[in-house]
Amino acid sequence: MKKVAGTVIILILVIIITTLIDVSFITPYNIKNILRWTGLFGLLSVGECFVILTGGIDLACGSIVGLIGALSAHFLKVQGMSIPLTLFLCIGLALLMGLLHGVLVTKVKLPPFVVTLCGLFIYRGMARFTMKDITQGYGSGFEGLKFLANGRIPSAFWSAGSAPKIIADWSLPMPFVILIIVGIILAIFLNRSIYGRYIFALGRNEKAARFSGINTDKMTIIAYIISASCAGLAAILFSLDLNTVQPSTAGSMYELYAIAGCVVGGVSLRGGEGGILGVIIGTAIVRVLYNAINIIGIATQLEFTVVGVVILIGVGTDEALRLIAAKKALREMRKEK
Amino acid sequence: MHDKPGQRLLEMRGITKFFPGVRALNNVDLELNRGEILAVVGENGAGKSTLVNILGGVYYPDAGKIILEGKEVVVDSVQTANNLGISFVHQELNLSDNLDVGANIFLGREPRRKNFFRLIDQKKIYQDTEKILKRIKMQCSPYILLRDLTIGSKQMVEIAKSLSINAQILIMDEPTSSLSRSETKQLFKVLKELRSQGVSIIYISHRLGEVKEVADRVMVLRDGVVSGHLSREEISHDNMVRLMVGRDVEKFYRRKHVITEKPVFEVKNFVVPSKPNRRINFSIYAGEVLVLAGLVGAGRTEIAHALFGIDKPLDGEILLNGKLLKINSSQDAIRAGIGLVPEDRNLNGLIVEMAVEENITLVGLNHYQKMKMIQFKMVRSIAREMVKKLDIRLRNIYQVVESLSGGNQQKVVLAKWLSLKPKVMLLDEPTRGIDVVAKEEIYRLIERLVSQGIATLVISSEMQEVLGIADRILVVYDGEIKGELRKEQASEEAVINLATGGK
Repeated sequence: MKKVAGTVIILILVIIITTLIDVSFITPYNIKNILRWTGLFGLLSVGECFVILTGGIDLACGSIVGLIGALSAHFLKVQGMSIPLTLFLCIGLALLMGLLHGVLVTKVKLPPFVVTLCGLFIYRGMARFTMKDITQGYGSGFEGLKFLANGRIPSAFWSAGSAPKIIADWSLPMPFVILIIVGIILAIFLNRSIYGRYIFALGRNEKAARFSGINTDKMTIIAYIISASCAGLAAILFSLDLNTVQPSTAGSMYELYAIAGCVVGGVSLRGGEGGILGVIIGTAIVRVLYNAINIIGIATQLEFTVVGVVILIGVGTDEALRLIAAKKALREMRKEK
Repeated sequence: MHDKPGQRLLEMRGITKFFPGVRALNNVDLELNRGEILAVVGENGAGKSTLVNILGGVYYPDAGKIILEGKEVVVDSVQTANNLGISFVHQELNLSDNLDVGANIFLGREPRRKNFFRLIDQKKIYQDTEKILKRIKMQCSPYILLRDLTIGSKQMVEIAKSLSINAQILIMDEPTSSLSRSETKQLFKVLKELRSQGVSIIYISHRLGEVKEVADRVMVLRDGVVSGHLSREEISHDNMVRLMVGRDVEKFYRRKHVITEKPVFEVKNFVVPSKPNRRINFSIYAGEVLVLAGLVGAGRTEIAHALFGIDKPLDGEILLNGKLLKINSSQDAIRAGIGLVPEDRNLNGLIVEMAVEENITLVGLNHYQKMKMIQFKMVRSIAREMVKKLDIRLRNIYQVVESLSGGNQQKVVLAKWLSLKPKVMLLDEPTRGIDVVAKEEIYRLIERLVSQGIATLVISSEMQEVLGIADRILVVYDGEIKGELRKEQASEEAVINLATGGK
């Protein structure tokens, strides 16, 4: 909890500083955009965090966004499949990819980095080959489905233009609402169910977990399935949001944003430490930073550099504070003796 | 270069060393002649390792001096020891599997070329390596990768490494523990060859038969003091055992167990994966404490792991109350009612960064859930109940286990299993690394397990503990049960005799 409080403070600080430099940061339009992006990237991050909690890493989620996003548009627009069938196929496919990653990691005992790195390459290639590098899109139809990516509530309950101004200004974008719903479900799973506790236990000390009768392989596989499924869901939303999917680039580097969201949100890459709320706030921090770079007018070529430096400072300070605290505790313990 | 054999090379005088709470060595003297193989034997904890670690520069003695070639020397680091020609071959080999023989031998001391960027002089490495390998008569290319060698050959490389620093004293700690019989023979040949070249060897081993084979002289330690010396003619299994034992065994408590004739837990023709050609048979009867005694590394932990399903057994049957169990994983074992308190608490027994409450309820979590959701009230009350029952001292149950004392940590491990009401408990070194008071408490808990009818198997390497708590002792040597001792027949001598491979 202490750690989450820390990330909240960082988020508030970044918001205040950006607002002081340029007040247009807190306009409803801008906030709405940040929330929408937070929702989309947050889905990747909350999935990713399960894999990181087991002590692994998932590098495949960006390519899953590319492949599943393209397939989703292709199934609906080109193949003319029904919406339920498309959703079923897309999420099911993502789930199978997660299952494959998990089995390769636990049963074949390949390192998570290698398994998911290969996933990254393979899915990207599959997206380009099956789509023949042709950009996919939903065209002008599918308004209901597109609402999931572009809609906002509660303003959607009023007919167009008739909602009171405050509601029209501050309604929540649907991707963010979906992230909150998925986040609550996953948080309950992680913190309240026995499986969540098993995942924490095996992330901290896999051997002791095995000696406690936990089926560590099964739990690890579940983590990879959650990660890939979240990426599949995000893929559909990303493609609907942009209404265009380039098989060669869609979702490229998103796996790194997903990891960044986790790291900034207090998930330890050593495994066994972190939480869903922290990850959502961490994602928000990364998105706000991105937005701030645009608003403040820093050259866009420097985007990555700024994000990298700020994350480094944030995580570095956190680690430094912890070291200082540990040293202080050690000194006091010596004094007592 | 070397003086003639038989001359005094090293003396250690009045060596004393304290560790927190114990005096590991008390006024120990050691003499070593040139070209001599001196074996140092003693029980676990007798102080053998401490003594040679002081000579090797790993520990610094609290009192005493070391005299090398008539001059007093200070050995304050491994580096100093090496410079003085003292080299230590540890039980675990310190070699890099990914490098070749030559690179391993000169690791960290690579000869450099004079003029060209001070690059490593590869040619010299391999020439020198060949010379050294010839000295120990090892037929092996200096270019071969370490990972392609057998354990026996790796050991030879380690010895070669020692020789490359011109060692005149070679310390070997349990060098044969992972060698086959023929590799051991080969090693002894090399040791004798080195002896004839004037190298002196201090040889530590539990295997008295091998000591007899190789040693010129034996020094026996007991509880940190020298209990005797044996010259070449006097070395015999019985003589060594006689000097190793002789402590008064205090009984920890007097109690009467009602031991029935009914076996609760039976193990038949059981094959542990690490020792595929040994078969293990034993039974635990209701109401008894059965102890697996033996020396460290005898293969007892491996038996426990296989019984618990962590390592899949290769063959054999396990019966609980006459019913055949199928155990392929720790989940199967737990379902059948078997619990294991593992040897290494921090590594296998606990998740030390997690709360006491989470640790205690981790194995039983399956019973404290509704629709897979943890019933937190239930979990807390179980944890509190177990803390009270076992008298675990802590501030609250949300404290991380790391912050507890060793004894209390061990009680958390026990609490974890007892909360499940097991039918069989396997306790692997349950009192390792905890203080005397906590030990007593653990013994009382074991007592309670037995009185509740739980079949209890304790693995212990501590002689006092073995004799103090056991109703029946099975002695394990090299992965097999060498003998069985009833409480009445059990003596330190009898146990040591079996544990060192005697008849």
